[in-house]
Amino acid sequence: MRVNQTGAAGKTIVNEMKSPEEKDHDLSVVKKGRKKMPRGKKENLIGYLFISPWLIGFLGLTLGPMLFSLYASFTNYNITSRMDFIGFSNYKRMFQFDDLFTVSLWNTIYYVAFTVPLTTVGAILIAVLLNQKIKGMSIFRTVFYLPAVLSGVGVYFLWMQMLSPSTGLVNTILAWFGIAGPAWLFDPEWTKPALILMKMWSVGGGMLLYLASLQGVSKQMYEAALLDGANVFHRFFYITLPMITPIIFFDIVTSTIGSFQVFQEAYVMSQSGDGGPANSLLFYNLHMWNNAFELFDMGYASAMAWVLFIIVLILTVFHLYLSKKWVYYEGGDGR
Amino acid sequence: MTLAKAKWYETKKFRVSFKAWIITFFLLAGSLLVLLPLWWMVSTSLKSPQEIAQYPPTFFPREFHFSNYLEAWQTAPFTRWAMNTLFIATMGMIGSVLVNSLVAYSFAKIRFKGKNILFIIILATMLIPGFVTLVPQYILFSKLGWVNTYLPLIVPAFFGSAFFIFLLRQFMMTIPNELMEAAILDGAGHLQIWWHIMLPLTKPALIAVAIFSFNGSWNDLLGPLLYLNDERMYTLQIGLQTFRGTVQTQWHYLMAMSVTVLLPVIALFFFFQRYFIEGANINSGTKG
Repeated sequence: MRVNQTGAAGKTIVNEMKSPEEKDHDLSVVKKGRKKMPRGKKENLIGYLFISPWLIGFLGLTLGPMLFSLYASFTNYNITSRMDFIGFSNYKRMFQFDDLFTVSLWNTIYYVAFTVPLTTVGAILIAVLLNQKIKGMSIFRTVFYLPAVLSGVGVYFLWMQMLSPSTGLVNTILAWFGIAGPAWLFDPEWTKPALILMKMWSVGGGMLLYLASLQGVSKQMYEAALLDGANVFHRFFYITLPMITPIIFFDIVTSTIGSFQVFQEAYVMSQSGDGGPANSLLFYNLHMWNNAFELFDMGYASAMAWVLFIIVLILTVFHLYLSKKWVYYEGGDGR
Repeated sequence: MTLAKAKWYETKKFRVSFKAWIITFFLLAGSLLVLLPLWWMVSTSLKSPQEIAQYPPTFFPREFHFSNYLEAWQTAPFTRWAMNTLFIATMGMIGSVLVNSLVAYSFAKIRFKGKNILFIIILATMLIPGFVTLVPQYILFSKLGWVNTYLPLIVPAFFGSAFFIFLLRQFMMTIPNELMEAAILDGAGHLQIWWHIMLPLTKPALIAVAIFSFNGSWNDLLGPLLYLNDERMYTLQIGLQTFRGTVQTQWHYLMAMSVTVLLPVIALFFFFQRYFIEGANINSGTKG
């Protein structure tokens, strides 16, 4: 009895608590005489319907394949006939027996260690220069951004031509200054610097991001600093730089991930992926590519893919951890 | 001698213009470094093989061999490759614009359960290196019998991309809800609002997505390299790569075709500059 009573009371309370909108909705059900989905549920359904392409793509083209490759990494899968479980053999092979794996990992780390800081500093410097009030600034901005949209085989060919040891543009210019240029793509010591040099040409790509954030730094801060007698360097290091640290952080994280995936340029510039002189251009992904699509050793390639994923993940988490020490978020840091 | 009077190099006017000159100098020097390779490419493409081989190299071609372009173009089926590339890039562009804007609309304007978690997942997928999914995706597409078709290069665009969804969602967030509410009162559904209100209002961002997508397909070597075996189906990028095998180190031909392949991208950039910059601005405005 008592239970029933409270139950009834509960019901009326719930009825009272219903928003006017929902009451109207109930009315409409009565009026139209057919069952209609409550509003919230309908919104849910439409919301999911609209994102369904991405959701299906995520499950079918990202998550599913990744889980499959996780399983495949513990097998000797070769896409056609065999798929036997072999435990950690692929991972063991990577770190103990595959010398080329070590070489490719080292080459990649070398490349990342130079390109990430160089492109970050370069992009900031260019953005600061392009943020001044100078005549013809929009032309300069266009010029500096242009190389960023140019990529692909044509650009690699251009650089191969320019880096040609005897008649190339780069060594010709170096010769003006009395420097005997290296053999670049033919010298194992210089192949990676050659690729880094090429990367630096399109450093303007990251500039736009910084330019936009520089323009968001409030003028009042600079004015206040000027009154306190701060010079150009003070203003840059104590105002500008801290204010754009969120973008620097974002740029470093994404360019680290991007640089770890260096592939196309190395593939083209090392004669269709043979790794260049002394394997000096055999980057991680090139080695993975050769294992997967030349040798069809899909199990091993899957294991390599997962090791890459874990390396990148660790680096991202590390960046995230470090960011607490140096990234400044205006209006609170959300910690 | 007056004590108070500032020397000529201490006046504010001088200091401001001096600073401007220094900055202009650095910018001019930088521009030169950026543009020199492009000039070098054009100049080499117009030289004779003898002139390219000579030392020291010439900056300005002694004779203009415009025929290099025609000869190179006819050495390989470039017309066919250009058509193939155009087809793939256009299809991918259509898919990108439609699907990403629909998904972005849902994340920006529809309230549904689990939205925030799903959006975080989208952001997280941007941190997955593409190469991690490359091998299993290849296995999937080869089991579907899609190798040596254009499907693996086009279909994924119709499933959206995290970066574009993010970019469009940020842009749509800035569009006031009042504009939609009027439409809802008139009995419009979300599909109609998306098509009739959101798409026209987000045109700049959509154009940015279209350009990035087209540019990405046009410059992509990896996908065609992996999925296309038949020479007749090649795109310009992979065609150019095999073209090197045909002409070896005949740099005048290689440069002529490099210029030709890059020209549409450069044209696109100059016509739609504003939108390239728009895309980058939306991106940074939200991360700051």
